[in-house]
This record gives sequence, structure tokens and C-alpha cells, in this order.
Amino acid sequence: MMTAPELTEPKKPMNRRTVGNAEKWGWIFQRASGVILIVLIFTHLFINLMTGDGVNQIDFAFVAGKWAAPLWKWWDFTMLVLAMVHGTNGMRMIVNDYARRPFVRQTLQWALNISMVVIIVLGTLVIFTFDPCPTGTDTELLNVELCRELGRL
Amino acid sequence: MSPAPTLYRGREGMWMWLVHRTTGVAIFFFLLIHVLDTSLVRVSPEAYNEVIGAYKTPIYGLIEAGLVAAIVLHAFNGLRIIAVDRWTWALRHQRMLVWVVWGIFVVMMAAFLPRHLGHVFGGA
Ligand code: HEM
Ligand code: HEM
Repeated sequence: MMTAPELTEPKKPMNRRTVGNAEKWGWIFQRASGVILIVLIFTHLFINLMTGDGVNQIDFAFVAGKWAAPLWKWWDFTMLVLAMVHGTNGMRMIVNDYARRPFVRQTLQWALNISMVVIIVLGTLVIFTFDPCPTGTDTELLNVELCRELGRL
Repeated sequence: MSPAPTLYRGREGMWMWLVHRTTGVAIFFFLLIHVLDTSLVRVSPEAYNEVIGAYKTPIYGLIEAGLVAAIVLHAFNGLRIIAVDRWTWALRHQRMLVWVVWGIFVVMMAAFLPRHLGHVFGGA
């Protein structure tokens, strides 16, 4: 079994200046977002995997039915933003642990930040520009009830 | 073993650190792909249904089960980390709390797996 290194008194004690506020807020954010994400993600998984036919029920018409309600639009939007920021922040902490060379570290941080922004923008556009009844689609694939209600069919 | 105080002695806490890190990274990459495949609803209903159809196959069914397992572990271990950082009671009982996390994991997977695997393999 490996023996852990002894803990010695740090030469420079951590304080607000040495740690930096960004690090402190990142730490707090990780915890606050985690607690909220439990509710958001477990509900998401429960509805999509446990109710009805579970994973078999998921198709375009199912998504149309969910996003007809503003609640689920905002639910997914909040989940998208919190999970991406939490995940990126966590990945940043891991990169800081392993990538010692400044160039490698900075390149990875940039890649993480760019993918975070791209995914959040894409996901947000998808939620809020969603068209439940695109013209010219086989009615088999549509949520017929919803499209009738919307006068689109 | 050295008698000096040290946080990581390679026991429960350190294993859970590894579990937390691995599951966090796995969920992160899943989420990138998940938003991309969901964005197909903006391409066409055909495109979305085609790709989502793959998720109903046995192979993906098992991957989904693994993903849910990862989420459950990461989430409840996350709560354990928060509690241990916050309350000395939890810090004192942190090793026991590791087993509480695994207990919750077993109960939740026992509730989830039969139903999910029924959907995936039941062919309904
Ligand atoms: C379900 C609710 C979640 C909870 C309660 C939660 C909780 C936490 C907490 C408390 C930490 C900080 C650990 C520490 O400071 O040592 C953390 C780290 C992390 N989380 Fe989450 N999280 C959740 C969901 C997610 C999701 C959805 C992702 C991915 C998109 C994710 C990815 C990560 C990563 C990569 C880390 C860094 C791990 C490390 O530094 O070793 N988490 N999580
Ligand atoms: C196997 C498990 C999962 C399935 C079957 C699933 C299914 C779906 C479906 C059908 C949608 C479309 C809209 C809706 O139903 O709300 C969706 C959207 C979404 N899911 Fe999941 N999901 C799963 C796991 C997760 C997890 C673990 C996360 C978080 C880390 C997540 C985050 C999201 C987000 C953020 C959206 C909105 C995407 C967008 O903005 O375009 N999902 N998911």
C-alpha cells in the first residue's frame, strides 16, 4: 500500500489574496449549483426514463409535447446552463491538477471555455426557437394533438 | 504508516475522490454529446427520431444505465462532500457517510434498473 505524504505547515498560508476570489467563488458555485442540479437532473431522468414507456417514448413528438409548456423550456434551460458551468468549472479544477505546463494548461482551459459557450448558445437556441410542427413533415412524426391545438394542422 | 496527520490514507475517502472525479468527467462529455443530439430537433423530426432510435437499442440501454449510475454516485457523493466541508459532525462520520452514499446508490438503482431494463429489453 502507498503511504501518503505527511502534511506539513504550508510556507505561505492560504488567505483571500493567495487563493484569489475566483477560486473561492468557483468553490461556492460548485456546491450551490450541485444542490440545484440534483433536483433538475433527477426530475429530468425520472420523467424521461421512468414514466410512460421510458426511453422508448422519446421521439420528436415527445419533445414537442414537453416544450409546449414553458415550465419545461425553462427547466431545460436552467439545467443546461448550470450543468455546463458546473461541469466546465470542475474540468478546470482537474486540468489545473494535471496540466503543469502553462501552454498546455491554457490551451485546455480555452478549449473548455469555448465548448461551454458553444454548447450553451446552441442548446438555448434549440429550446427557444423550437418548432413543434414544421411544415411538410409526415404527420406520423408530429404531435398531432398539439399541432391541431396550435392550428398548424 | 506515519503517525503524522494526513487526510488521504488511500481508504474510503480517497476512493470516493476517484469515483467523484471519474463520474464528473464522464457526465461532462455525455452532456456535450447530449446537447448535440437534442439539437437535431431543429434539423428535422426525421433526423432526431433516427438518432434517438439508437438510444432504444440494448447497447445504449446499458450505457444509459451506466450514466444514471454515474449521476447517482456523483450527486450523493457531492452532497457528502458538501456536508463534510460544512459540519464537523459529518467530518467526524465521513467514513460512515461513504457507506450511506453507497446505500442510497443501491436503493436507487434497485428502483431504476428493473423498470429501465424492462423498457430496453422488453421490446414494448
Ligand atoms: C447531480 C448533481 C450534482 C452534484 C450534487 C454535484 C456536486 C459536486 C461537488 C460538490 C463538486 C465539488 C467537489 C470538490 O470540491 O471536491 C463537484 C465537482 C465536479 N462535478 Fe459535480 N455535481 C453534480 C452534477 C454534475 C454534472 C451534471 C457534471 C457534468 C456536467 C458534473 C461534473 C463535475 C466535475 C467534472 C467536477 C470536478 C471533480 C474534481 O475536481 O475531482 N457534476 N460536483
Ligand atoms: C439517459 C438519460 C437521458 C435521457 C434519455 C435524456 C433525454 C432527453 C430528452 C428527450 C431531451 C429533450 C427535451 C426534454 O425531454 O426535456 C433532453 C434534453 C436535455 N437534457 Fe437530457 N436526457 C438524459 C440525461 C441527461 C443528463 C444526465 C443531463 C444533465 C447532465 C441532461 C441534460 C439535458 C439538457 C441540458 C437538455 C436540454 C438540451 C437543449 O438545450 O437542447 N440529460 N434530454
